[in-house]
Amino acid sequence: MDNRVMSMHVKDMASLAAEGKKPEVLFWIGCAGSFDDRAKKITRAFAKLLNEAGVDYAILGKEESCTGDPAKRAGNEFLFQMQAFSNIQVMNAYGVDRIVTTCPHCFNTLKNEYPELGGNYQVMHHTQFLNELMDTGRLKVEGGAFKGKKITYHDPCYLGRGNDVYEAPRELIKKLDAELVEMKRCRAKGLCCGAGGAQMFKEAEPGAKEINIERTEEAIETNASIVAAGCPFCNTMMTDGMKHAEKEGSIRVMDLAELIAEAKDL
Amino acid sequence: MGIGNIIFILILVTGIALFIKRIREIRANIMLGHDQVINDRKSTRWKTMGRVAMGQSKMVDRPIAGFLHIVVYVGFVLINIEVLEIVIDGIFGTHRVMSCLGGFYDFLIGFIEVLALLVLLACVVFLIRRNILSIKRFHLAEMTKWPKADANIILIAEILLMGALLKMNAADQVLQVHMPETYPPVGSYPVSQALVGIMGSFSVGTVLFFERALWWFHIIGILAFLNYVPYSKHFHIILAFPNTWYSNLEPKGKFDNMASVKKEVELMMDSSADPYATPPAGEEPAHGTFGAKDVTDLSWKNLLDAYTCTECGRCSSVCPANITGKKLSPRKIMMDTRDRAEELGAYKKANGKDSHDGSSLIHTYITEEEIWACTSCNACVDACPVLIDPLDIIIDLRRNLIMEESKSPESITSMFNNIENNGAPWAFSAADRDKWITES
Ligand code: SF4
Ligand code: SF4
Repeated sequence: MDNRVMSMHVKDMASLAAEGKKPEVLFWIGCAGSFDDRAKKITRAFAKLLNEAGVDYAILGKEESCTGDPAKRAGNEFLFQMQAFSNIQVMNAYGVDRIVTTCPHCFNTLKNEYPELGGNYQVMHHTQFLNELMDTGRLKVEGGAFKGKKITYHDPCYLGRGNDVYEAPRELIKKLDAELVEMKRCRAKGLCCGAGGAQMFKEAEPGAKEINIERTEEAIETNASIVAAGCPFCNTMMTDGMKHAEKEGSIRVMDLAELIAEAKDL
Repeated sequence: MGIGNIIFILILVTGIALFIKRIREIRANIMLGHDQVINDRKSTRWKTMGRVAMGQSKMVDRPIAGFLHIVVYVGFVLINIEVLEIVIDGIFGTHRVMSCLGGFYDFLIGFIEVLALLVLLACVVFLIRRNILSIKRFHLAEMTKWPKADANIILIAEILLMGALLKMNAADQVLQVHMPETYPPVGSYPVSQALVGIMGSFSVGTVLFFERALWWFHIIGILAFLNYVPYSKHFHIILAFPNTWYSNLEPKGKFDNMASVKKEVELMMDSSADPYATPPAGEEPAHGTFGAKDVTDLSWKNLLDAYTCTECGRCSSVCPANITGKKLSPRKIMMDTRDRAEELGAYKKANGKDSHDGSSLIHTYITEEEIWACTSCNACVDACPVLIDPLDIIIDLRRNLIMEESKSPESITSMFNNIENNGAPWAFSAADRDKWITES
């Protein structure tokens, strides 16, 4: 069977600019969302929701480049600032003023670290953006498939502690009519999945346990059938943790965008 | 003025002078760090200090320890009223000079006695928690020898001081009966009256000796305590205030953009700039190295953090790396930074401002293994009751390893190469960036 699905309609900034147009918002995909097979599904789910809500958005496409986040956290400030410099040049040339992204690391970097380097944008995490779409009636969702289901939510460090965004993702779970069950360590006390600070790109130091396993065990304890995540890296770490615990058949690790897209049968 | 008063004044002045000398030493050590201007949003800063240092808002995240700590803290502050009285009495040869306050004095002494008892009990519970219950954060690798002893010494000292205060008051009550002219019957003693029975069984001369001895013990003890504190983690009782005032008000996820790097990147990227132009005078970075190799490359705020650390270990008990058995412990990062500042400060004092002992914070104190285990999750920063930021130091150490020593785990080096060559941390082609549109 051909597993290529129908190509979606996604505009890019360059072709819009050629028509002399500028979209309402730039969808910043991020490297995971562009290249990682699991994360690409999140990207698609969110794009479908944007299409469904009739949002006038565009992507940078091949002109997007790593924000520099992993380089910066690993201590390579040169590489980070070079990345920032060229990304800002591209975005400023298009007159970008509003960005939405499905990656909390891109979100944090674009929102907090780019302004001093000349990139001033209003940056939103996709969970915030989805809430806005729902609150303004542009996107409607009924729990349907998730009604009454137990869902736990894993706070990504760079969304929660890093930027104090705790409510937006939880709001979405409520809007799905699902039952939100919290892990013991949640919100500001949430335990990291183990991916941040460039850990994603290296082996862990010797120790007694992998961090993602510690976190996954906590998620399993909640008896939730779904672990909602808001970060492609957390998603990978938790998915791996579930595999390790041999729970991948019974507990799904899903991005909030995927949950909503699924509830809407998109 | 009797000989007693003169001795008292001499002890008092020496005690205070030694304290000031030590404070200046600490100040000089903190100033080993490079400059950082922190003076924006003053009203928020005052509020943060009021809430976190004065109001102990972070302490109650752990309710038992938080409650006990508040008891000791309030007791510590208010019992100083009685210390003030002792100082005045000692200088002028008066006895319980504040008793002129009348009924209010009764209340005050009663209140202080209750606090003293509570402090005493809280310290006993703290000792039990620390030494008998197996609370993991009190037994991590860095909590041996001096740090372990330090915590116990201060608790025992507090117990002895509070005990002396209560026994002194009991003796006073006995003497009020026998020598009302020197010991006028003032004050209410809700706690120490329980000890009057025992005190009363001694002869008046003995009780008088006890009362004087306890009085001297109490004030000398307090001065000794004052001079012990700045050599101990207990210095947080003072530094918690400035440290919370100067704490980071930006979102925790935001890391600073290094100004020295920005200038070089601008030169590299800006084709119109003359790369051979000499930088205008006064614009050279104040510190010559990228990131931090030693405490002199950290900011004074990082070093203030280090001196403020109470070694409570709340940071390490929430650190994902530490929890899963990695060597990294954010508390140890802070303790190492302080110990190194002490060491280098002492060396510079002995050998001159520009001397250097050849040692450094990274490698000698903190290993690469430790700093590479950090996920930059900010849990330690969030947990700290006095708003210390261990992550800031960890990142500065990484910066030095990468940008000065070119040292990183192999996979990190290839991540850098990928970003440089493909604009992504993995070896994918930029041409495939929008492939997700057509694939499932
Ligand atoms: S930021 Fe680093 S040191 Fe602090 S808790 Fe997280 S992993 Fe541990
Ligand atoms: S850094 Fe803060 S939380 Fe960690 S030991 Fe020191 S005072 Fe406690």
